Amino acid sequence: MKLQSQAIPSSEAFKANTKGHLDALEVVREAAELAAAGGGEKARERHLSRGKMLPRDRVANLLDPGSPFLEVGATAAHGLYDGAAPCAGVIAGIGRVEGREVMVVCNDATVKGGTYYPMTVKKHLRAQEIAEENRLPCIYLVDSGGANLPNQDEVFPDRDHFGRIFYNQARMSARGIAQIAVVMGSCTAGGAYVPAMSDVTIIVRDQGTIFLAGPPLVKAATGEVVTSEDLGGGDVHTRLSGVADYLAEDDAHALALARRAVGSLDAPQDGPRFALPGGADPAYDPAEILGVVPTDLRTPYDIREVIARVVDGSWFDEFKPRFGETLVCGFAEVMGVQVGIIANNGVLFSEAAQKGAHFIELCSQRRIPLVFLQNITGFMVGRKYENEGIARHGAKMVTAVASTSVPKITMLVGGSFGAGNYGMAGRAYQPRFLWSWPNSRISVMGGEQAAGVLATVRRDGIERKGGTWSAEEEAEFKRPTVEMFERQSHPLYASARLWDDGCIDPRKTRQVLAMSLSAALNAPIEETRFGVFRM
Amino acid sequence: MFDTILIANRGEIACRVIRTAQAMGIRCVAVHSDVDAGAAHVEMADTAVSLGGAAPADSYLRGDAIIAAAQATGAQAIHPGYGFLSENPDFVDAVEAAGLVFIGPSASAIRAMGLKDAAKALMEKAGVPVVPGYHGSDQEPGHLEVEAEQIGYPVLIKAVAGGGGKGMRLVERPEDFTDALASARAEARGAFGNDAVLVEKFVQQPRHIEVQVFGDGTRAVHLFERDCSLQRRHQKVIEEAPAPGMTPEMRAAMGEAAVRAAEAIGYTGAGTVEFIVDGSNGLRPDGFWFMEMNTRLQVEHPVTEAITSVDLVEWQIRVAAGEPLPAAQDDLQINGHAFEARLYAEDVPKGFLPATGRLSHLVFPDGARADSGVRAGDEISPWYDPMIAKLIVHGPTRDVALKRLARALERCEVAGTVTNLAFLGRLARHEGFAAGQVDTGLIARDIDALTAIPTLETAVIAEAALAALGLLRQADALQGAHLWTPLRQHVRLVHGDTEIAAEVEVLSQGLRRVILGDDAVTAEHVGGRWRIEGQPIHGAAVSGRDITVFADYGQRFTHVDPLDRAQGAVGSSDLIEAPMPGLVRMVAARVGDAVSQGDRLAILEAMKMEHSLQAPRDGIVAEVLVSEGDQVEAGAALIRLEEGGDA
Repeated sequence: MKLQSQAIPSSEAFKANTKGHLDALEVVREAAELAAAGGGEKARERHLSRGKMLPRDRVANLLDPGSPFLEVGATAAHGLYDGAAPCAGVIAGIGRVEGREVMVVCNDATVKGGTYYPMTVKKHLRAQEIAEENRLPCIYLVDSGGANLPNQDEVFPDRDHFGRIFYNQARMSARGIAQIAVVMGSCTAGGAYVPAMSDVTIIVRDQGTIFLAGPPLVKAATGEVVTSEDLGGGDVHTRLSGVADYLAEDDAHALALARRAVGSLDAPQDGPRFALPGGADPAYDPAEILGVVPTDLRTPYDIREVIARVVDGSWFDEFKPRFGETLVCGFAEVMGVQVGIIANNGVLFSEAAQKGAHFIELCSQRRIPLVFLQNITGFMVGRKYENEGIARHGAKMVTAVASTSVPKITMLVGGSFGAGNYGMAGRAYQPRFLWSWPNSRISVMGGEQAAGVLATVRRDGIERKGGTWSAEEEAEFKRPTVEMFERQSHPLYASARLWDDGCIDPRKTRQVLAMSLSAALNAPIEETRFGVFRM
Repeated sequence: MFDTILIANRGEIACRVIRTAQAMGIRCVAVHSDVDAGAAHVEMADTAVSLGGAAPADSYLRGDAIIAAAQATGAQAIHPGYGFLSENPDFVDAVEAAGLVFIGPSASAIRAMGLKDAAKALMEKAGVPVVPGYHGSDQEPGHLEVEAEQIGYPVLIKAVAGGGGKGMRLVERPEDFTDALASARAEARGAFGNDAVLVEKFVQQPRHIEVQVFGDGTRAVHLFERDCSLQRRHQKVIEEAPAPGMTPEMRAAMGEAAVRAAEAIGYTGAGTVEFIVDGSNGLRPDGFWFMEMNTRLQVEHPVTEAITSVDLVEWQIRVAAGEPLPAAQDDLQINGHAFEARLYAEDVPKGFLPATGRLSHLVFPDGARADSGVRAGDEISPWYDPMIAKLIVHGPTRDVALKRLARALERCEVAGTVTNLAFLGRLARHEGFAAGQVDTGLIARDIDALTAIPTLETAVIAEAALAALGLLRQADALQGAHLWTPLRQHVRLVHGDTEIAAEVEVLSQGLRRVILGDDAVTAEHVGGRWRIEGQPIHGAAVSGRDITVFADYGQRFTHVDPLDRAQGAVGSSDLIEAPMPGLVRMVAARVGDAVSQGDRLAILEAMKMEHSLQAPRDGIVAEVLVSEGDQVEAGAALIRLEEGGDA
């Protein structure tokens, strides 16, 4: 049925909401712009003076003109390393090359020579994970000095550190997911394995270099004096060593060669062909999302107002509308792709959790991708609920979310607290993509609640020893906790650490969902086997 | 009336004849060369016969094959069009001997007008004024020089058997006479196999005014004059009717003279009597002289049709079928004013070199008659005249008609080859021309302004950049979708000799930004069309990497393919290449010759012009890669030089 919005765009609340969202957006926009600028004006000029294209322009010129670009981790490392690694020094995202969706990973040499900070590694691995899950060919635009040495302990030794990049390349290549490298600058030490491990490698003449050890290290080790071009330049690698396959004259030429390489790939093999983008526009302007959603997470609102501004024609076939009403479930289409939507409309009760599990089973059987609109304070607490087994019912939903094989896309549109995060496909439940709105907040519980819990324990301790604790003292005790939670639950804090794939403009929710679904549908949807449901 | 006729021609004139004949209920037989098998005139005709190879000598000039085709297809008459066999009296004899009708004058009439000096003598006898000159048979250079002195400089040397400006030289000073004579003779010998010349007075501020006549073998009428003064190196560019500044007295005098000329040779069908007119002091009834008579339908006949409402081809067919003249002189009237512009595939900045290419896009504007023999997708081949179309406009006054011409030219859309459209457009907007100050020297005087390369507008470059990237097409809802930072695509375009770097940001399905250096413009899809900075786009055609934006008569761009970078730099001053497709008329260079910079190495003939290929530097001829008579494509290697041994 077509959803009917109750929103009044001329109302004060609508206007206040819009303003609140715009303010929140501005903070994220500034962070995104800072990240997009890379290593700053001087570094960019130096980069350009070498005849190189700026990294973002490399991505643009690799992709089809007008291609959508679903950027992953656009504000990664924001506020980390004293701001030394904007965008974590690497651009990652999904775009189209010759009509085929690909994952692009592009080093930004204007950021500390493109060296890998811990977050750089994490982002690179996240991009590879997305590529592997969704069977997207990978194109690495390499221009990196390798591991960031001062941070070597956090980038080299562990399972999900530098070495994992090459492990992933080999595993993906084995699965038929093409690995293409374009060497447009340095590719030193461990980095040398990115092109070496690729199916096809292109290198730019007099610009790209690949070697395990650069000239200074060679001199130190063996006394041999050699130029970097003679050691591992494009001519050497395409003529003598065979480490690279094609020699390009410049960046533009190299990118054109990479496009040609993608053009020769097979279409996605057994994945369902996506027909995106189709579908009618929503009946309500997606831009109105800013007005219909209150910025204060404590103010309740009807999540259907958001759904009406996201799905095709605002049509929503709601499932079990009269049961477990705090969880809204139903079918809709996003740009022509059928999805099952699971959205919070209040705290989760037992019935809502059972309904959610039921709906996930339905979608799994029908192989319909799931979209989670997450705004959850948690499962209901209290004797009545514990006694009726809310943990058991919650576990059903969590089992269903964890087990299903259909692609899950999660959108954090409000709060994400406690076990609600699990039931609504939080990061740990491996949604294909997880996006946040600037007004969203994520933490194990609310800051006030956390401070309250700590204060209660503290008061009990003081009073057991016969002491007293004034209200002022308690407030003073709670303040740092509240502040810490406030800071750490901000979506930019989350995005900086890649707890999500990025913070988005709520008005682009429909587009981002469509791009995410499009990417996800490159992989076939496997049959689901659920774990044991506690009945 | 004929049941079937054969049209012994190709291109626009064949199409034009077929159009009228079919409207008269006559079945049309086309003939064609191999390369024209799919041409427009073949498609229009009811049936078609193949004649042979692409070269005219192997096809359209094969009179016997054409007559056989007519007989085989049951045609009773042959329309020759213009050019090819249209003024070949032997062909007329052969047609008649085969029991067919030649739609045109008799062989004797053609012969009478074929040799210029004899024609002039004949006209003088018939009381038609002729230009003072020497038309005698004494061709001794010294004698001709004396005659030139007597006529008075400046004089014109012309090939007796000539036409189309070939074998023609203007001599302004006595000391130049000998050289000019030799060169005119050489050209005439090459072109006509006859190097006899005539010498005549060169008329100052000359205007070329011609009178359309029509005869039935005994009687003739005239259909008024055409002014063809806008010429470039004796090639007509824009023609009009009536002539600006024409007085009733002069028109009557010229018309009567033309009718006398036609009747003197018992002329049948459509013909044109060309006069040279002294335009230096207004038009006066004593200021015109007979030049020659063209015994065929002229290229520019449509302007006469436009002002008289007569279909000259219909008249040709009716008179050839034995009907009397369809109108008496008093029935004919001038209505308004008409212009014709000749649209050619030619490279104006490179000295109007004939060009070739596939017409990827071809749209003629409404409100103008477009006589064309090509369609979008057709090839302008090096074998024939590179005409794309004739655009004919009519208006109640000269002023209105000229404005309509200018507007029609502006709205003409041609892509796939270079054209003279901009040149025509500027002529149509030329102030002197608008004021009626026409003479044959106008174009030469203002050639720089008429062929200037216009400054490109930012919006036009932006449109080219967007078209190059395919961003002016209907797009999907995710086009340009991005989270925070739009991507910026680089585009390299070449326009003329200039390389342009542009950057394009696709902000959404209906919004783009094009950055050109310090400039940026916005393209937005509003109300069903793209607008750049608020103005509707001009429209563009993209064919492979060639982009034509239909602004300022069509701006051509090449989208540089980064993959071409690997090809490396080629071309050196050691290799002399054909600047255009053409016929190698003469090769002067021999292997081993030491040549100096500027020496003539070969002559390439393309269409009606000869192009001298000179040594780009001093050196030794290492290789001669072509022989005289070879047909070569543009860019073909002709001669290779090497360093001189003693250098």
